[in-house]
Amino acid sequence: MRIDCVVNGVFRRADDVWAGESLLHVLRERLGLPGAKNACEQGECGSCTVYLDGEPVCACLVPAGQARGRDVVTVEGLGDGDELHPVQRAFVAAGAVQCGFCTPGLVVAVHDLLARTPSPADGEIREALAGNLCRCTGYEKILTAVRLAAGREHES
Amino acid sequence: MAGWGPGVPGPEDVVSSGPWDGVWRVGGGVGGPGNPLWAVRLDPDAGHPAPRPPVVEAGADGSAPGSQGIGTSPVRPDGALKVRGEFAFSSDLWADDMLWGATLRSPHPSATIRSVDVTAALAVPGVYAVLTSADVPGDRYYGLEVADQPVLAVDEVCYRGEPVAVVAADHPETARRAAARIVVDYAVREPVTDPEVALAAGRLVRHVPIRKGDPAAAAEVVVVGEYRVGMQDQAFLGPESGLAVPAEDGGVELYVATQWLHADQRQVAAALGLPAELVRLSLAGVGGAFGAREDLSMQVHACLLALRTGRPVKMVYGREESFVGHVHRHPAVLRYEHGATRDGELVYVRARILLDGGAYTSTTPAVVANAASLGVGPYRVPNVTVDAYGVHTNNPPCGAMRGFGAVQACFGYESQMDRLAEAVGLDPVELRVRNALAEGGTMPTGQVVRGPAPVARLLELVRDRPAPPPVGAELWQLPGGMANTTAPEQVVRGVGYAVGIKNVCFSEGFDDYATARVRLELIGGEPTALVHTAAAEVGQGLVTVQAQIARTELGVERVVVATADTAVGSAGSSSASRQTYMTGGAVRAACRAVRAALITRLAGGRAGATDDGGGRVDEGGPELAGGALRDAAGRVLGTLVDLLAAGPVEETVRWRHRPTRSLDPVTGQGDAHVQYAFAAHRATVDVDPELGLVRVVEIATAQDVGRAINPQAVVGQIQGGTAQGLGLALMEELQVVDGVIRNPSFTDYLIPTVLDVPPMAVDVLELADPDAPYGLRGVGEPPTISATPAIVAAIRAATGVPLARVPVRPEHLTGTG
Ligand code: FES
Ligand code: FES
Repeated sequence: MRIDCVVNGVFRRADDVWAGESLLHVLRERLGLPGAKNACEQGECGSCTVYLDGEPVCACLVPAGQARGRDVVTVEGLGDGDELHPVQRAFVAAGAVQCGFCTPGLVVAVHDLLARTPSPADGEIREALAGNLCRCTGYEKILTAVRLAAGREHES
Repeated sequence: MAGWGPGVPGPEDVVSSGPWDGVWRVGGGVGGPGNPLWAVRLDPDAGHPAPRPPVVEAGADGSAPGSQGIGTSPVRPDGALKVRGEFAFSSDLWADDMLWGATLRSPHPSATIRSVDVTAALAVPGVYAVLTSADVPGDRYYGLEVADQPVLAVDEVCYRGEPVAVVAADHPETARRAAARIVVDYAVREPVTDPEVALAAGRLVRHVPIRKGDPAAAAEVVVVGEYRVGMQDQAFLGPESGLAVPAEDGGVELYVATQWLHADQRQVAAALGLPAELVRLSLAGVGGAFGAREDLSMQVHACLLALRTGRPVKMVYGREESFVGHVHRHPAVLRYEHGATRDGELVYVRARILLDGGAYTSTTPAVVANAASLGVGPYRVPNVTVDAYGVHTNNPPCGAMRGFGAVQACFGYESQMDRLAEAVGLDPVELRVRNALAEGGTMPTGQVVRGPAPVARLLELVRDRPAPPPVGAELWQLPGGMANTTAPEQVVRGVGYAVGIKNVCFSEGFDDYATARVRLELIGGEPTALVHTAAAEVGQGLVTVQAQIARTELGVERVVVATADTAVGSAGSSSASRQTYMTGGAVRAACRAVRAALITRLAGGRAGATDDGGGRVDEGGPELAGGALRDAAGRVLGTLVDLLAAGPVEETVRWRHRPTRSLDPVTGQGDAHVQYAFAAHRATVDVDPELGLVRVVEIATAQDVGRAINPQAVVGQIQGGTAQGLGLALMEELQVVDGVIRNPSFTDYLIPTVLDVPPMAVDVLELADPDAPYGLRGVGEPPTISATPAIVAAIRAATGVPLARVPVRPEHLTGTG
C-alpha cells in the first residue's frame, strides 16, 4: 500500500508498504529516519517514541496505515537545523547519554513532558518517564538532564 | 562549570565538601530543582557541542589548552549525534539492494535432528537463500575459549533457541515466514536442566579448587548458609544486529555491534573458511553490551548469507529472539560455612559454588575461576577451602555479564557476613571492617594485593553518609508506588551494607594486550592527533577517554578518534572493566612513542618505528605540552608546527599489563589477577510487608577508581552498574522451566524503570594503583557486585525474613511462596 504523511514538516510518501508494517518500520527502513529506535517493537520500552498529530506514541505499536494523512514528528525533527533543542542539549551536558539507544525516545518524552509541564517536580518526571527504559545510566543523569532542560526553558 | 581547587579532580557535577579529604561526592540522597546541590551541578552552555561526524573529537569552543585532557569530563563526541537520532547503531544500517536475514531456532532444549527440509522455504517468493550447517564452509563450531557451539545446529540441538537454519529474503517478514516453513524432524530427548544432576553425570566444564591454610581449622562461632542467584539477563536495549556486505575480493565486510572485533573476526573467518584479512569488521553503534556481545550472535549467519547471495544482508533480532540470542548470567547455588572467633575475626571460610553454564562453554571457565578466587570477598581469611564448579546443562548458555562470577559469590559471602555479625553481636559494618583486606594483604590464592585496597574506608564512607529522608509522602515514593496499595504507616524501613571485589583485565596467564596507532600531523596547519584502535565503545565513553589521553600526552587540542575496526591490531574485549586500563594504556604508550620520535627528529635523527614504545622516555625527557616539545622548565625546544612540517609521525604500539599466572589446578594458588577493584554500598529500603513490596529509598556507593580519567563517565558507570545490581536484587530473572525461558519480553522480564531506581549518591576515592596507567582502576563492574547484597541485607533488616535467594520476590516476604 501507499502511505502519504507529513514527517518533520515535510510531505513523505512510501510505496509498497506491507500491511503488517509498523510506523516505526516505515520511518526507519523506508523513509531513512532511524532516529526512533527498535529496542523491543512491542510497546514495552519507549525507545521508538514519536509524535503522531502532536501526541507521543510508541511508533512500533502504530500500524503504518494509521499514519496516512497525519503529522509525524520524530527525534530528528526536534532540533532547529544544526542547533540542538534545549532538551537535547541538556541530555548531552548532563551525561545522560551512554550507549544512547534509549535517548531518542527519552528526548521526545521529555520534550512532551516539558511542553505540558514546564517545571515538573521529581515525582512528575519519574511518572512521565516510567515507560522509557534505560539500561546504562540508572536514570540519575537523565533526571538531571530534565531538571536542567526545565530550568532553561523556564528562564527563556 | 563548577570550578576546582588545585589538585582536586572531579566532574562538573561534584559537590565539593569543604577541605579536600581525598573523596569527591556526587548527590546527597535528596534531589530536586529547589535543592542547592543541583543548582551548582551544571552549566548547560559549557556543554554545548557543535554537530560533528562521529569520528571527530575536537577541543570545545574557547576551551583553555589542556582543559580536555585526563581528569576532565569533555562532551562526548557521539553525544550530539545520539540526541539527534543520527548516530548509526548496528540496527540502523542500510545498503542498496540489501536483503534481510532471519533465523530458525530450536523449539526443544534437547533433541536429535533426523532431517531438515528447506524446500518449502526456498519456494517462498522473495527468498534468496536458506542455509543449514551443511552450508558452513569452514569450522562448524565456534566459541570464545572452546569451539563447541555450532554455527548452525549439527545433528542435534542442546538448548531451546539454538539456531538451526538461516534465511535471506527481500523483506524481514518474508524471511521470518520462510524460516517457519523449514521442516525439521526432531527426536526429542529428555533435557538435563538441574546443574546438580549435570555435575553428578560428569557434565563438568571446570572445577576450580582453592586451598589455603588448614582445611580442618575450627572456630568458636560458625554460620552456615545456602544461597541462590537467579539467571539475570544483560537486557541491553540495542538488539543484536549488523550488516554484512560481500566484497569484490571474495571476502566480506561486517558492520556489527560487538565487544571484541578481533575475537569475532577470528571466529567468523574460521567458520567461513576464509583468511582473517578477507573478513573485515567495523564497529557499528553499540546499544549497550554488559557482556552479552562477547559471544557471537548473528555475525557468521549474516556473512554466510551475504557470501551466498552476493548481496548485503542485514540481520536484526527482535526482543524475544534477543533473549535467546545471547548468553546470560550464570545462575548459582552457593553453600558457605564461615568460622570466626567470638569477637568476629574470620578463622576460615569453606564454600561450594555451583554455576549452571547452560548448553555451551562460552566464558564459563573464567566465571568459575572468578567465583573461586574471589569467593571469600575482600577479607583476610587464614584458612580457605573453596570449590567452584561450572557445568553443562540444556539450559540457555551462560557467559559474560558485568561482574561475572564475582556477583554470585558476593551475594553468598556478604549474606554470610551479616549472619556472622548477628551471631557475634557486632554491627555489620564493624564486622566487615575488622576483617577487611588491606594493601599488602593476601588473597586465598596466595596473591599479595599490590597497591591500595581501601575496603574499610569504603565501608566507612557509605556508613557515614547522612541518612535519606523518612518514608515518603508521595505515592511514587512508597513500596506500592503509583498503584496506591501501600499505607505509609505500614511501611518498615531497613538499612543494609555490602562490599565487593573484582579482578580487572584478563587473568590466569592470558596474553592480554591492546593495540593503538597514533599519528600526529598538521591538518590545516594545526597539529592534530589521530587515534586508531579496535576498542569497542559500548556506551561507556571510551572514545572520549582515548581522546583525553591523547590530549594530555601530546599537548594538542585536536584529536580525531577513528572508527574501531580490524584494520588495526586487537584491543581485546570491552569487558572485565579493562578497556580504559588496556586501550588507555596502549594509547598512552603510542603517544609516548610519538613523543620519542619527535625527540629523535628534533635531534636531527630519523624517527624510528617502535613496537614497545610505552614509557621509554617517561622520566626526565622533554614533554609535549601546549603544542610544543618542552624541557623540564617548560621552555620550548621545538614547536609541533615546526617539527611536523617534515611530515607526520605515526607509531603503533601493542601494550600489555604485567603478566599473570595460572592457578594451580589442585591448590588454586597463583598470582592470577592483574588488579583488584573494590566498591561498597549502603542501601536503604522501605518494605510493605503485607504485600511483599520493596522500594529502595536510596543507595549510596563508595568506590576507589585509582584515578578518574573522566569523572562524569565514572559516575555514570557507578550509577548504571548499581541499578543493574538493584535489578538482580528485586526483579530481574529469566524464568527457565524445563529448559524454556518463560518470560522473554520486557513485560515479563523486568528491568528497573525510573520509578524503581532511587537517588544514588556516590563517593569516589582516587588512590593510585602504582602498576596501572595514571594509577587508574577499572570502574565498570564493582558497583554491580555489592549493590545486590546490600539491598537484600536492607530488606532482611526491615523485615527479619532470612532471605537467601535473589531476586527477592513478594512471596518470599509474605511467606506465601
Ligand atoms: S520499540 Fe516501541 S516500545 Fe519498544
Ligand atoms: S544510555 Fe544505553 S540504554 Fe540508556
